[in-house]
Formats: sequence, structure tokens, C-alpha cells
Amino acid sequence: MTVSVYVPFLVTVVLAVLAPRLARRFAPHPAAWALAGGALVTALGWLGSLALLAFTGLAQIPEVAEEGRWSVTALRADDPVYLTVSAVATVTLLASLTGLAVAAVRQVRHLLWARRECARLPGDLELAVLDDASPHAFALPGAPGRIVVSHGMLRCLGDAEREALLAHERAHLRGRHHLFQTAWRLTAAACPLLRPLAETGGFVLERWADEEAAAHLGDRTVVARAVGRAALASAKAPARASLAATGGAVPQRVRALLAPPPPRRALPLVAGAALLAVSCASLAEAASDSEHMIEGAQFAACVTALKDTGAPIPPPGHGPCCHPPGDHDGPGRHSR
Amino acid sequence: MHDRKIDETGEATGRRARGELESGVLAALWAASEPLTARQVQERLPGDLAYTTVLTILSRLHDKGTLVRHRAGRGYAYAPVRDEASDTAQRMHTLLERGSDREAVLARFVSELSEEDEQLLQRLLGEHDGGPADEGP
Repeated sequence: MTVSVYVPFLVTVVLAVLAPRLARRFAPHPAAWALAGGALVTALGWLGSLALLAFTGLAQIPEVAEEGRWSVTALRADDPVYLTVSAVATVTLLASLTGLAVAAVRQVRHLLWARRECARLPGDLELAVLDDASPHAFALPGAPGRIVVSHGMLRCLGDAEREALLAHERAHLRGRHHLFQTAWRLTAAACPLLRPLAETGGFVLERWADEEAAAHLGDRTVVARAVGRAALASAKAPARASLAATGGAVPQRVRALLAPPPPRRALPLVAGAALLAVSCASLAEAASDSEHMIEGAQFAACVTALKDTGAPIPPPGHGPCCHPPGDHDGPGRHSR
Repeated sequence: MHDRKIDETGEATGRRARGELESGVLAALWAASEPLTARQVQERLPGDLAYTTVLTILSRLHDKGTLVRHRAGRGYAYAPVRDEASDTAQRMHTLLERGSDREAVLARFVSELSEEDEQLLQRLLGEHDGGPADEGP
């Protein structure tokens, strides 16, 4: 419990630092899955550890102890967690859960809006063209999802590039990339340390769709040109006031497409999986430790209660104290 | 039973391919500045599609009311039905220009460029195709 409960936090930090760097150099399809799986497991580990730490603090509140029939004194003697740590964990846990709930409501609302919008778009074709001269193109998830492109965007692309754009957006819809986005958004809301994973995830999805378009057309350069030209055309359109530098995502995509396809390496995936396994194992150990601690404290409470009545004290696991006694009044209330 | 399953997947693939072709044809017509004949559309689509396939798609899109056509020589020239006044275009335009947190669910084709990005991109593309568009509408 002393160390193992903190391991998931450590894993979260390691993952938040390393995963984004690795994922950008990796084949995007497995990278997206690894980032999504990693984020989900890490976020659960984060919440689990916080919950355990919070619980060890809450268990020392006399009213809680009475309810669970365990001895606060025994727990304190056994418990290596400082109350301050426990209090901080409780506050963080509440903040995490609130963040998660807010993000979940928002995400569901947005997805429902997108689905409604898909149905409202004119026509029943896969492609909906907006009669708008400024260049826009995006995939709108729904049932079925739609590709939305403005005629301004179509006019600034060549014939093959237009096909590349369609293949790219189609890849987003077919791969259900909005579900990956949802996973990253929710995990980042629950654990802000995972935000870099969400940002990298967005980039990796674009790379995934780029690679799929390149495979569909059998030509990486055409996709690179389509991305580059669309971005340059968008840059010429009147810019929005709130725009900041976006860290060069488009040049990175173009560069990746002009280079040979990225390798599929297994080692980072195996290492990541091992890290997550360690996190899960530690959490399980911490949980079982705290269960033992509670059992010990229940035993102590029971023994104290028996002492009060003057009965002989049995060894652990034997006699009336192997189960919490039901007919005593508040046996865990007193300390020695 | 087994055969029917194969047929069904075949049909699904066919429907999907037809959907993709329709998108390609519609995009080509929107990209052009004037109405196009079936032959012209065929030239602008990648791969070697049969002329009759293009013709079938064009007349289906016309039947659906997505395209308008007028006589051109022995055949028809097709153009997309424009709807500048449509509230969808307006709504989307406002959403994208003003920005909104709903944007989060859209997978946009390109993100915005900083000025350095723009120069870098010009260089990357310039290095690679050695000049401006060699193909275009």
C-alpha cells in the first residue's frame, strides 16, 4: 500500500511525457489504438489510486468506522498514508469526477448535434457540398456520417487532390475516429496530466486518415499536395481573431507524406503494455492491502468489544471475531 | 445461406463503391466553373471509369435533384444545383468562421497555419513538385 498506491500516478506521468513523443514517429493506425488504450487504462488507474487514498482518510472518520465496524486506532497504527495526502486525494478525486461528468455531457451533446446536422444536410449522398466560397472541409460523424466540403475548397484542388481529400475524410468516418477523440477528451477531463495524449491523438488521427488516403490513391505525394494546398488556401481566407500558432501540424503531415511510410514497430507497444500492466498490478495490490488493513481493524474493533465484555480473546481467524459481530452495540466506537 | 451472405457483403461493397463514385462526380462538378458533359466528368475522375458508369451516376444524381442538366450537342451538360441561400451553408459558415466548441466533433481536413508554417509549407511543396499546379480544374 505504501508504494504501490502511488505507482499509477508515476505511470501516468511517464506516459504523459513519453507517449506523445513516441506516437508521432510511429505508424498512425497502431499509434492511435495505443494512445486510446493507454489513456483509458491510465485514467482508470488514476481514479482508482485516488479513490483508495481518499478511502483510507475517510475510513478514519469515527462515524464511517462505526458504520463499517472497524477500529480507528488500529487503522491509524497500520495506515501509512498521511491524512493530508488523503485529503488532497479526496479533493482531486472529486475534481476529476466532476470534470469527467461535465466533459461527458458536453461530448454527448456535441455528438448528438453532429448526428442531427448529418440528417439535416441537403441530399442523402455521402458528400454534402456547401455553397460557400471560403475553403472548408470536414467529416461530420453521424449515422451515416457525412463529408462536408465547401465549393471554395473543391475549387482550389486538382482532380487527384480532390479525390485525396474525399478519401481522407472517408477514412475518418470509416475508422470512427470520433470515438477515439471522445476517449481522449474524457480521459483528459478526468486526469489533466493526460492532455498531451489527447493533443497527440488528434494529430495521429489526421496522419491515419492521410495514410489511408495515400494507400487508396496509391500516391503519397498527391495527398501531401492536397493537404498543403488546402491549408494554404485556408490561410489566405480571412483569419479568425482567436487563431494562435498551432504547432505546425500541417507541415508535419506534409513532411511525413513526402517521406516513406512510417515503420510498424512492436517494441514501444510492448513497453507501453508492460507499463500499464505494472500500473494495474500495483493498483490491485494496493486495493488488497487496504482490504487487509480494514479486516485487521475490524478484528481489532471486535477484540476491544470482547475485552469490554470480559470474554477470552481468540486468535485471529477463530472465535466470534472472524466475522464482524452483529449483536454488539457499536463495537468500533471506542479506542483503547 | 452461405451464398446469400457473400451476396450481401458483395452488395454492400457495391453500394459503398457507388456512394464513393457519386461523391467523386459531385465534387468534380462543383470544382468546375461551368457545366460538364459526361465525357468531361470522366476525364476528371481518377482511374479508368467506363463512360457508361459515369453516365449512370450523372443521371441518378439528376433524378435525385442534386444536378441540373441542359442539352449540349448530342448529350447533356450537368451542373450542381446551387443553394446559396440555404440555411445549412449559412449555419456551417458561421460555425466555422466564428468558432464554437461544437467544432470539437468535426474532423477538419487542415488546421490553421502560423506564418512560419505557411513558409515552410510553400518550401516543402515547392521542393517536391517544382512549381505551381500542374493539374487543375
